[in-house]
Order: sequence, then C-alpha cells, then structure tokens
Amino acid sequence: MRLGILLGQRRNGRGRPLHWTDVAAYAYLALGVVLMFGPVLWLVLSSFKTQSALLEFPPSFLPFAQVEVTVPGQPQKLPLFRTTLPDGTVRELAQVRRVGLIAQMVDPADPSKQFRVAIDKREPVRRVALATENYTEPLQRFAFLRFLFNSVFVTVVATLITLLINSMAAYALAIYTFPGKQAATLAVIGTLMIPMTIILVPVYLVVTEFGLANSLWAVILPGAATPTGVFLLRQYMLTLPKDLIEAARMDKASEWQIYWRIVMPLTLPALAVLAIFSIMWRWNEFLWPLAVLTKTEVYTLQIALNAFQGELQTQWHYLLAMTVVTLAPVALVFVFLQRFITTGIGSTGMK
Amino acid sequence: MRWLQRLIGARRMAYVFLLPNFVFFGLFVFLPIGINVVFSVTGGTALFPSERPYVGSDQFAYLFDCGSFLDPSTCREDHFWRGVANTAKFVAFQVTAMVLFSLVTALVLNMKIRGRGFFRAVYFFPVLLSPVVVALIWKWILQRDGLLNAAITTLGGQKILFFVDPGWAMFWAVFVSVWAHMGFYTLILLAGLQAIPADLYEAAEMDATPRWRVLTRITLPLLWPNMIVVIVLALIKGAQTFDEVFVLTGGGPGTATLMVVQYIYETGFASQVQNFGLAAAASVVLGAVLFVLTLLQFAAARRKEI
Repeated sequence: MRLGILLGQRRNGRGRPLHWTDVAAYAYLALGVVLMFGPVLWLVLSSFKTQSALLEFPPSFLPFAQVEVTVPGQPQKLPLFRTTLPDGTVRELAQVRRVGLIAQMVDPADPSKQFRVAIDKREPVRRVALATENYTEPLQRFAFLRFLFNSVFVTVVATLITLLINSMAAYALAIYTFPGKQAATLAVIGTLMIPMTIILVPVYLVVTEFGLANSLWAVILPGAATPTGVFLLRQYMLTLPKDLIEAARMDKASEWQIYWRIVMPLTLPALAVLAIFSIMWRWNEFLWPLAVLTKTEVYTLQIALNAFQGELQTQWHYLLAMTVVTLAPVALVFVFLQRFITTGIGSTGMK
Repeated sequence: MRWLQRLIGARRMAYVFLLPNFVFFGLFVFLPIGINVVFSVTGGTALFPSERPYVGSDQFAYLFDCGSFLDPSTCREDHFWRGVANTAKFVAFQVTAMVLFSLVTALVLNMKIRGRGFFRAVYFFPVLLSPVVVALIWKWILQRDGLLNAAITTLGGQKILFFVDPGWAMFWAVFVSVWAHMGFYTLILLAGLQAIPADLYEAAEMDATPRWRVLTRITLPLLWPNMIVVIVLALIKGAQTFDEVFVLTGGGPGTATLMVVQYIYETGFASQVQNFGLAAAASVVLGAVLFVLTLLQFAAARRKEI
C-alpha cells in the first residue's frame, strides 16, 4: 500500500489518483524481473558452489563452504563444526575423524582436549566462499581453452567476412543500376526464406566436398552471406547523399575507393548493428556446428557444452561454470550496448 | 582494383561488388537447395548425388506411409510423424503463450512507467542467450533436486520429475522457449504501440473513456498488423524449433518432445545409418510448410505498410 502511494506520488505530480492498473503493472514488472533475471542469477550463484554444496537439498541461496582449520599436531586441515556438548554448552570444534555415529572432535584452540560427540549434535560452520576451482579446473582437465578459442575464432572471422561481403553486395544494390539488379535483389529475398535447418544435408555435402568437414571454416563459411545483413546495409546506404559519390567520381576516385573510403565510413552505424547481430548469431550457433563438427578438438563452446551435459550429468559444478563462461561475453555486450541492440532490433525487426 | 575497373568499366563494377556474396549464396544456399531435391528423389547410402540411384517419390511415399495420420504409431516412419505431432502441439501452445505474454508485457511497458528502459532490457536479455545456455539454466532449475522442487517441497508438495513425465516435459519445452524469445516479440509489439498516434489517446482522455475501452477500441485494433507479424514469425520460428528443446529434454522422455528438425538431424547425421535421402525428403516437407508460412509473412508485412 505504502509502495503504491509512493509510486502514485512520483508518477502523478498533478495528483491524478493512482489507478489499479498502475499497481498491477508494477507487480507484473516485479514478477518479470524475478522470472527473467532470477534463473540466470541462480545459475551464476550455483556455479560458485562446491560439488558437495550443489548436492544439498534444499539448496542454499549463496555459495557456502565448510570452514576448515589447521590444528597443531594434525596432518591435514580439519572441518569445523558448531557442537552442542552434553552439558548444553555450544563450542566450535574440529572433527578429527568419524566412526559410525560418533565423531571424534578436538578443540582447535586447545588440541589436547578431545571430545566424542554424536554426529547429530554437530552442525558444520560455513561461510560464503566462492568455489573458483569450478572455473580453473576445467581449464586443465578439458580442452576448455581450445573450445573458447574456437568459438572466438569462428565469431570474429565469420563476422569480419560477413561485414565485408554483405556491405559490398549492399553497395552494389544501393548505388548502381545494372542489368540483373532485380534478379539479384530477388535472390537475396529468396534466401531470407531458407533456414539452414532444411538444407542441412546438402550443405554438409558441399562442405565435405571442399574437404572442410571438421574444420572451423566449415562453420564460418556457409553462413557468411546473410540476406538480412545485405538488406540492413542497403537500406542504410540508400539514405547516403548521392552527390557525395558523384563528387568523388569527379575527383577520379575508383569505384573501390568510393566504397572503401567514403561509403563504408558513413555506413558505420549500420555496420555496428550488423556486427552485433553477427557476433550474437555466431557465438550462439548450435545445430550447424553440431552437424559438421564431430572431432572434439574443433568443438565450439556451445557444442562442447552440449557434449559435456551428456557426459557430466553428475559433475554439475563444471557444467555450470562453463555455462557461465559461455554466456558471459553476451551478457557483457548486452550491458554496454543494451540501448543500441533493442532499438536496432525494434527498427529492423531482425534477429 | 583500378585495373579491373579500367578493364570492365565503372558501371560493371557492380558485379564485382556482388560477386563474393553471391558466390557464398550460390555454394551454400542455391546449390544445396538443388542437391536437396536430388537427395529426396534418390536412395541408397552414398553421399555424392551421382552415385545415388533414382527412386522417384519413394522417399516421400515412405514418409507418408501411414495407417492414420492422426496416430503416429500406425506410420512406417513413426518418428517423423511423432515429430510432426509434437511440433504442431509445441507451436500451438508456444505461439498462443508467446502472443499473450508479449502483448501484456508490451502494453505494460508502454505505460508511463519509471525505469522503462531497464524493464525493457530485463525482458529482452534472454533473447541474447544461446539455446544451449538457456536449456542448461532451466535444466539446472528443474532437475530432481533443483530450485523448483526445493520450493515445491518447502510448500509441502512432492518432488516432481519434470523430465520423466511427458506432459511436464512438453510444458517446460514451451515455457523455456517462451521465456527465451518473448523479449523479441515484445519489442516488435512495443514498436507498434509507440506508432499509435498520441492524439487518439488524448481525445479518449478528454472524453473520459474507461481504460479497457481505450484498450479494446483503440490500442488492440491499431496494433493488429504487428500482432499478425508476431504470430506468423512465431509460427515460422516455432516450426524450426530444435536446439533448446533438444538440449533440455533430448526429445524425451521417449519421443514426447521430439521435433521435426531433430528427426531430420538424427536421420541425416546422428544415427548409425545416415539416411540422407529420407532426411532430405523430410526437409522438403518442412520447407514446403515454411514456404507457405513465409508467404503469409510477406502478405502480413505488406498489409502493415498500407
């Protein structure tokens, strides 16, 4: 109620009464925040939990780890427990070993004192701790850096190729009139309708014939020419002043120079939008790499992640950490370019 | 480049600029479409088209060899038809939920709300995540000892094995898909809402028109073209669904969430005996459906411009 009044005052400076739909709207949005961000937050928090903490049920919100202490005279660190002694006092004791239902405990401050405690009389002392080994161990145990490199390589090279050849085609379609222009435009529209999923098998054949199967180029090349990219850039180039190009021609600039030195710099905003999209498409691509990459050393992150989720069902701690690494770049791009991305999609309607 | 221009003339440079893009289109789109048709009318196990015997419409006849099309178990290729049935079911629920939720969200985000940019970002964020990441996030939450089951048991309920129960598996497939993509459709609808002239609303406010009347008489009718775009786009994307559901459920339990695209992928690639012909035939069928949907999309887009 208080919240409603507060929001009402803020919103209606002129004192318009708060409508129930306003309250409902904020409630809906609050629920939305929990539902849309919550799962991602839960994933990130979980990825910092130790393997044993992940098995806990019900799970704790924050990643906790049991505190371990070094006790003089003991070879290893010992886990610390909050123990209720028979006389009712509560002390923090380190566990030396456990035999059946009885734990042998020792006071870390005074190692000469030994206690025998029933295991249900003790509770682990825990504090928030990030299990960063979830992140560092996969680096050594799996070719994790390899997959990361593959993904970055595919994304960067594919995006560069896409930007170059799409902008060249867009330039041709925007600036020139030539026989076959209609047909070329139609061909681009035509390819808009054909998703990779329905030509999976023959593209595989083409790629194999070129001897590219199981190479990163097999992932990079087939999707490099995107109809959406050509369109986006063409629409933008159409808005450039024609006089500029005429003037350049007067000055004896070659057609390539006009494209590269004049049109490309002016098209930067549209190129940036396409670059973001291309990076997103490539980083997230799944079905095609899954079909064409069968050797582990050429796996991209997405494929590796999928393969691991089959093999590592019981090792969620690695799987969650790798998932976080996979989503991190996208999340970062989003944080910095959010406004740009949403308006870009809103105005072009592409994904 | 200058020598080339001297050789062919400035105007023909257009072809030079077009060439690289069209080489790629040619090799990886046009040529494959041709090969796909060849694959679908040839048999055998060879990958190279000239080594494959011509079988005419046999592949299609095999696909469509069904006692009753409504019951996949009476079909020779029962997995294909299960995929069709599942995809149809998935699309029906997904598109309905998608339109509903993105409409409500767009309407709410179009109100004079504080922090609108932030909320818009919240709903849009999942759109950027990869299907694998999306599926793994939810798999983690929905697993036996996961967050949702923890909530259910805290409230006194019994743990539910979401991916063992076919009904639940389909429900979560739809839910996760809506979760991941609704931000995109919300954005399209939001653009439509913001294009509605403000004076219409001002006039309504002058007349003290109740809000629901404004909604049903002004907002929804004027938003309709965008709604059609959203519906058709969601239909097209829904029919192509593969990755999220595949990673989330693996098509299971049994074949309860097996989609058509997964059938194509498994028939052509993942199975021991790769049946390219059958996979190609199935993709021709899917392609035909998508083609019809795309025509709808163009019709809808054209109507929007008028």
